[in-house]
Amino acid sequence: MIDVLYFAWVRERIGLPRERIETSATTVSGLIDELCLREPRYAAAFADLAALRVAVDQELSAFDAPLQGVREVAFFPPMTGG
Amino acid sequence: MRIAVQAAPFDQGAELQAFSAAASGAGAVVSFSGLVRDEAGRLSALEIEYYPGMTEKALASIAQEAVSRWSLLDALVIHRHGRLLVGEAIMMVATASTHRADAFSAAEFLMDYLKSRAPFWKKELHADGADWVRAKDTDENALKRW
Repeated sequence: MIDVLYFAWVRERIGLPRERIETSATTVSGLIDELCLREPRYAAAFADLAALRVAVDQELSAFDAPLQGVREVAFFPPMTGG
Repeated sequence: MRIAVQAAPFDQGAELQAFSAAASGAGAVVSFSGLVRDEAGRLSALEIEYYPGMTEKALASIAQEAVSRWSLLDALVIHRHGRLLVGEAIMMVATASTHRADAFSAAEFLMDYLKSRAPFWKKELHADGADWVRAKDTDENALKRW
């Protein structure tokens, strides 16, 4: 089981801030593919990966990052702090 | 080094005074505060979302990097989340060093990294709707100078 978190417009588009997911995916990309097959709102949120960032266990990561042993994956748009 | 992520407003003057008083041996303190702009009267409020856990860790690691690169005596980062009104302080950074050049550079570095590497997302609330603030290419490019 992995906790999947969504922030900003990704959260709004998917309609929830977090969920626990049972996945057989081995990478972040694989997880995204699984999510996109679920419902159109996921496919809409993940349509343009260039507009998204991913954090794996709270560290910014690449979309091909492995999921083995991972507890938390978060998807969000580029950050706008400061 | 103090990192604070909070919904509550903070007193910039009091924070700066306390920071300076505690930075023993410092010859220079630089501070920067970011305020909510009114965007030519269009903005009614700013809503700031963050990632509890990751945000604090990211800020601490950015501040730690600044402290070691410029041999700072101390660094302070305060960043608010939640709903903020025009004119309110969103965040502040302060740096303390022996000479001013290090404190200035480190404060600029902190700001550049906070813009694009700290997990915060701003939403502008207008009279007729709301828009997520888009990250700027210029902010991403600003990281390259470090």
